[in-house]
Amino acid sequence: MNIVVCVKQVPDTATERKLRSDDKTLDRDAADGVINELCEYAVEEALRLKEAHGGEVTVLTMGPDKASDTIRKALAMGADKAVHLVDDALHGSDALGTSYALAQTLKKIGFDLVVLGSESTDARTGVLAAMLAERLGVPQLTFANKVEVNGSSIAIQRVTDYGYDRVEATLPAVVSVVEKINDPRYPSFKGIMAAKKKPVEKLGVADAEIDAAQVGLANSWSEVADFAVAPPRAAGTVVKDEGDGGVKTADYLASKKFV
Amino acid sequence: MSEILVLVEHVEGQVKKVTLELLTLARKLGTPSAVWAGPGYSPDAKARLAEYGAETIYLADSADINDYVVAPKAELLAQLVSEKSPAAVLVAATAEAKEIAGRLAIKIDSGVLTDVVGLQDGLIADQSIFGGGVNVQSRVTKGTPIVAVRPNATPVEAAVGAGAEEQVSVTVSEAAKSARVVERVKEEKGARPELTEAAIVVSGGRGVGSAENFSIIEKLADSLGAAVGASRAATDAGWYPHQFQVGQTGKTVSPQLYIAAGISGAIQHRAGMQTAKTIIAINKDPEAPIFELADFGVVGDLHQVVPQLTDEVVKRK
Repeated sequence: MNIVVCVKQVPDTATERKLRSDDKTLDRDAADGVINELCEYAVEEALRLKEAHGGEVTVLTMGPDKASDTIRKALAMGADKAVHLVDDALHGSDALGTSYALAQTLKKIGFDLVVLGSESTDARTGVLAAMLAERLGVPQLTFANKVEVNGSSIAIQRVTDYGYDRVEATLPAVVSVVEKINDPRYPSFKGIMAAKKKPVEKLGVADAEIDAAQVGLANSWSEVADFAVAPPRAAGTVVKDEGDGGVKTADYLASKKFV
Repeated sequence: MSEILVLVEHVEGQVKKVTLELLTLARKLGTPSAVWAGPGYSPDAKARLAEYGAETIYLADSADINDYVVAPKAELLAQLVSEKSPAAVLVAATAEAKEIAGRLAIKIDSGVLTDVVGLQDGLIADQSIFGGGVNVQSRVTKGTPIVAVRPNATPVEAAVGAGAEEQVSVTVSEAAKSARVVERVKEEKGARPELTEAAIVVSGGRGVGSAENFSIIEKLADSLGAAVGASRAATDAGWYPHQFQVGQTGKTVSPQLYIAAGISGAIQHRAGMQTAKTIIAINKDPEAPIFELADFGVVGDLHQVVPQLTDEVVKRK
């Protein structure tokens, strides 16, 4: 099975995240870039599927040069090879542009299964997997906390507000995973060393047959008109419980008309 | 006034509160039309949608729409957009509706905005990003704006609309039928409101100490008519089911009131709750970062404070 895992480099949520004042896109220099946490679960699930069913795991990322760190991490976990979609023309692409660029690349490199995290910690749109399925014309198996493959059949448990749906389809397909699905492995020293020798193919917009008029900030379907750092929350009242903490809290709730 | 399509969220034939919020919002921007997809439509549902301003209710109640993941609903909306040329399409910013919005965006070649918390004239959308750290105004620049609005972002106001029903026949394409829902499994959670759309959420964390002790959190939640949430520490420990996790890798909630008990307030958690209107924190550790966010905080043992609070809430009702 030819599995492609899409991974994204995001600013570390433990550091300050900003937008750039000039073009209102993510300031990638302000914060440390790390692999999006849910992408680690996606890589892990791809590796487990490969271990169970054979085949190959390819990491696909779209991002600037420094996103290669994220590729290395996925290769160190055990992925076989990587494709890095990197081109200045892609800067500032919105979800539609990003899904288009990734879909074009996926068509070019081929796949039986595409695996993604269900959301990134920066944009948090949660739409990319659905958009890829739409663009590729393949089944959408998203928000999975369990994935089973049997020959060309695939079934997942799709997490819902009320529990889960069991969803079935035929490969090729797009799967997105939630955190509950597995425990991602830590790269071993051997894995880290081996990752240095694994092939990373860099593709530009022309190589992947991406129409430059469909990607990038200027061609996005939406724009950030303005932004401002949110004012900090006003300091609240903090009391020490002296046997009446619950009563005081109820008083506060009453003052705000919650009770 | 131009038409605004609102995709109705419904469960077991009941219209969810977020839909009433969307209708309220749509009335300020144009003439709201409700789109009912799937089975379960009833006179009660019609009355509810009309009460909050739906002038037209488009009915596509074939079972086909419900039997496949997301794609048929996107096809239905795409069909309506091409027939009615609305000024915008509003959906709830729930996991499924955002996916519908995403697929619709591609079908009709239009921009999509997610997790919107306010919508002004000219369809300028307010978004709160980076876990509430940055406020953004954004807009769609191509096509028919598709906007996913967060539950609890809009106070509901009733204003009666005509509620004229219009049947929509939709043929679900073979491509949209490629991911079939073969079973729906409900996991028991009692009569509590849905976590992502609850007006009040009571969450427990590491300080709760055990799965059994979560009953303290549940009792407080029930006294307030609230949903129960949990921090990642609590779900990782197996004390509470994962689907109730609030945080960066879990659900995002923006309730009117959020009560965090025994939660330190690590970034992971804050990313999922800090846009709550009012935040109350109960924690033993006076240094816990959650107190930086709290409108009201109690430094104390939740095992003492929470039951006392529950008693007080019950008493004052």
